[in-house]
Amino acid sequence: MNTDTTHPATADHRIAPGQIPDAVSLTGLSKSFGDLKAVDGLDLNIRPGEVVAFLGPNGAGKTTTIDMLLGLSRPDAGAVEIFGMPPRRAVSRGLVSSVMQTGGLLDDLTVRETVEYTSAVFASSLDVDLVLKRAGIANIANATVKKCSGGQKQRLRFAMALLPDPALIVLDEPTTGMDVTGRRDFWHEMRADALTGKTILFATHYLEEADEFADRVILVAGGRIVADGPSHEIRAMAAAKTVSATLPVFDTEPDTESGTNARAEVAPGVAGIVDLLGGLAGVESIDVQGRRLKMRTSDSDTAARTLFDHACTDLEISSHSLEDAFISLTTKGA
Amino acid sequence: MSTQPSTTKSNTIQPASTGKPGTAKPSATSATFLDSLSERRPPSFGGFSATLLRLELIRKLRNRRTLIFTMIMPAVFYLIFGVSNRGEMLGDTNAALYISVSLATYGAMVATTTGGAQVAVERALGWSRQLALTPLHPAAYILTKVIVSMMLGAVSVIVVFALAAITGVHAPLGTLLLSGLLVILTSSVFAAFGVMLGYLLPAENAIQVSSMVLGILSLIGGLFVPLEIWPNTLQTIAHFTPAYGAGEIARAPLGGGYDQWAVVNVVVWLAIFVAGSAWALRKDTARV
Repeated sequence: MNTDTTHPATADHRIAPGQIPDAVSLTGLSKSFGDLKAVDGLDLNIRPGEVVAFLGPNGAGKTTTIDMLLGLSRPDAGAVEIFGMPPRRAVSRGLVSSVMQTGGLLDDLTVRETVEYTSAVFASSLDVDLVLKRAGIANIANATVKKCSGGQKQRLRFAMALLPDPALIVLDEPTTGMDVTGRRDFWHEMRADALTGKTILFATHYLEEADEFADRVILVAGGRIVADGPSHEIRAMAAAKTVSATLPVFDTEPDTESGTNARAEVAPGVAGIVDLLGGLAGVESIDVQGRRLKMRTSDSDTAARTLFDHACTDLEISSHSLEDAFISLTTKGA
Repeated sequence: MSTQPSTTKSNTIQPASTGKPGTAKPSATSATFLDSLSERRPPSFGGFSATLLRLELIRKLRNRRTLIFTMIMPAVFYLIFGVSNRGEMLGDTNAALYISVSLATYGAMVATTTGGAQVAVERALGWSRQLALTPLHPAAYILTKVIVSMMLGAVSVIVVFALAAITGVHAPLGTLLLSGLLVILTSSVFAAFGVMLGYLLPAENAIQVSSMVLGILSLIGGLFVPLEIWPNTLQTIAHFTPAYGAGEIARAPLGGGYDQWAVVNVVVWLAIFVAGSAWALRKDTARV
């Protein structure tokens, strides 16, 4: 941090983003509970303005990491910085706020009073009414928290997180317990208005949520980062695509499925095509059933080209869901 | 000390952004961003504020259970036992007055103990975790709780004293004020007791158990009945209860004389409970 103060003035060639400290910087972060290594040497940098999904199964170390990130617990080893500050200082200045998974509300206060309460403890905060409106709960401001639905409570937590006008918002499984529509509504409303320009880090185990709402997905398993990149890249990294095509009819084909047909000089025949495809990079498996060929490959373009070149028809390429990537990567990582 | 680096930072950024007017757009935004970082301030007094006091008091007044134990119960007890003993003397003290101060002590005791125990209950609800994500200092939060509980204790004192006045039991205003003040002061012992109990007991039982414990303590400690009716052994034990100490001090202005050991009693219990809460709180921080 001390070197940062002199750096931007002297190094003119560096572009502006280099001058802003990372929104989040985790280095070698580790924490164990007894024998269990919940977080195991995690390194992570998030630039201001990024929308990042922290994706992983339960027990992957997401919440433990977030706790340390927010200064709620101490790492056994490693360091946390938020905008170049220790987490507690960033919290006390309202630079970072968080929406909790569950709980954290008092039943006997009204929605408005809850927001007022939180507003009162910050040195400066946004207007209570404005925040209620942004979180979409202005209409239930005078209802007691006890009477609120799960979704309304989550919006209230969100309103509280908006109060200090933070530069970074951390959401720990913000849509737990909501149905698909509720989830979609939550994110659309939140992103549309309230979160513009903010850095967002959200933990989730809903794959489609990460896929749909994050610019960058960080996949965690066993307390480590197993993949980090834009969601389409994450998907591509582990999950091969399935390419299927209908093989051409060969004249010399008495027994199609045996694959022992060696008389393929002019046309390569089924076995020839299969051999050819098998030699391509990235191919994981090839399966022929009747005239339909189905293969898994990470390089679908080349496979498709080869299939076309050999008069195959009805080509289909299907990409895998993030779920496949998730299962494949997390089982590998663990 | 914490503000020192941030001001240096914004000062060094400023010339960098104004020096290059043509390409300044991204660096200007970064400079304003850094400025906004350094402009941020933590709240004064650790986040302690009047709004917090007001909202916590509102919560107390909404809680029917609290109101029953802190106001209605002492009032009803006074109407039953106090009024019937009008004109009687307990030693050198007017019995009705003696009873009214004792019951006010009990009311304040319940108010502060449940108030203290609520800290732990709210911890279990996740509210403390929520507050940990704000600049509110845990000490400011506990202080708010204690002050509000003592305010409620004061209401309990006022209710009982007002009833005494209405039912024709008169005492000099100064005596009542002093005695009321002592009730509220000694109730701080029970605020610490509540915090400690709240941390040591499972949250869902904390309030129930604490009101039971208080009932027993008050009975033995001479808040409901004079100590003299108990067998000797129990009387000896009674002298060591915090309820006895608090009651004895609160009744001192009534002029019947008082046991100096009561002061030691209260101070020692306060020290024990404060240390106990601090210990329980520290032990518990892993759970935030």
